[in-house]
Amino acid sequence: MTEIPKEEMLLKCPSTCAGCGSLLALRYILKAAGKDTVLVIPACCNSVIQGVYPYMLHTVPVYNIAFAAAAACASGMSEALRAKGEKTNVIVYAGDGGTADIGIQALSGALERGEDFLYICYDNEAYGNTGMQRSGATPLGAITTTTPNGKTVNKKDLDRIVEAHNLPYQATACSSYPADIYNKVKKALSIPGPKFIHILAPCPPGWRIPSEKTVEIGKMAVKSGIWVLWEKEYDKFTVSAPSRAAMKRPVPVGEYLKAQGRFRKVDEKTAAVIQANVDKNLKKIALEAAQSEETE
Amino acid sequence: MSRMPKMTISVPHEGGAGLTGSWRTFRPVVDRETCNHCGICAMFCPDAVIDPDTLEIDLVYCKGCGICSNECPKKCIKMVREEH
Repeated sequence: MTEIPKEEMLLKCPSTCAGCGSLLALRYILKAAGKDTVLVIPACCNSVIQGVYPYMLHTVPVYNIAFAAAAACASGMSEALRAKGEKTNVIVYAGDGGTADIGIQALSGALERGEDFLYICYDNEAYGNTGMQRSGATPLGAITTTTPNGKTVNKKDLDRIVEAHNLPYQATACSSYPADIYNKVKKALSIPGPKFIHILAPCPPGWRIPSEKTVEIGKMAVKSGIWVLWEKEYDKFTVSAPSRAAMKRPVPVGEYLKAQGRFRKVDEKTAAVIQANVDKNLKKIALEAAQSEETE
Repeated sequence: MSRMPKMTISVPHEGGAGLTGSWRTFRPVVDRETCNHCGICAMFCPDAVIDPDTLEIDLVYCKGCGICSNECPKKCIKMVREEH
């Protein structure tokens, strides 16, 4: 197992809510990326937690940019740095709204052009910064301020949209598995071309969970199979260790739903639909992993 | 005489978002005798206020989320209500 450096790249202490999943993920992303890194952050929770002017808490340069422009900005930055012959890592750290809804056009364009940067989407399944409005990544049945009776449609399958661009490297992760995030970011940055990592980051105020349960709920998501950790390097598809164990005997999704206040209006019928969706997705992923093994 | 820079550029500075320890409702108290120094609390602390070597908690910045207490395998961190 690789040794994770003890040095912190974030100073004490960003103004996230207590128990923030996205901050936990960012800690390990920056540890993996190291000092020679530029962060591009569109409007999201992470653009307001950096400290109050003229101070900041990130020890790497951060460029704050408009919602729709993160991937476009990172494209230009990486092109300029490569033209100068520098190997600086360019990382976009965007929320799910800035990726699945508003930023998707710029992201798709940058992926198609094959720009050399890493795009990380931390997914708290709503527009957390502005007060938990529904986003494309909000799951079925979840209460947000704009879906007071629970969302009636499914979560947008962002990973499959990105996968259609045939990237050199793509992965999913969860903030409850920091070593997994560290390894995936390290691997992504060692590969040239566009890379994409989708991280599930539980949000205590938005998901209506106590702040100490952030890590527990993230683990529950993986164990129930509603969130699957996998990576795809060129054509090689592998399910990561925590999900491999979970897929053998997944915990019922009902336990994950019951633990969160945002799912309190989910009735039995909706819960069955969610469970069916999870089962279908797990089957699809198991098949894809098996096919990938066969072709080797 | 310090002048404001022409561009809005912030510089790294500890405590740049204030002393977040003042947000705390519950304070983590570690039972050092049961603790076996596994370091899981330091690993999962989102704010990185737990020193990875000594496992001392920096109460100036700790927001009291309680993740350390919840994840501790020995259950040796208790959350105690702050008396402000």
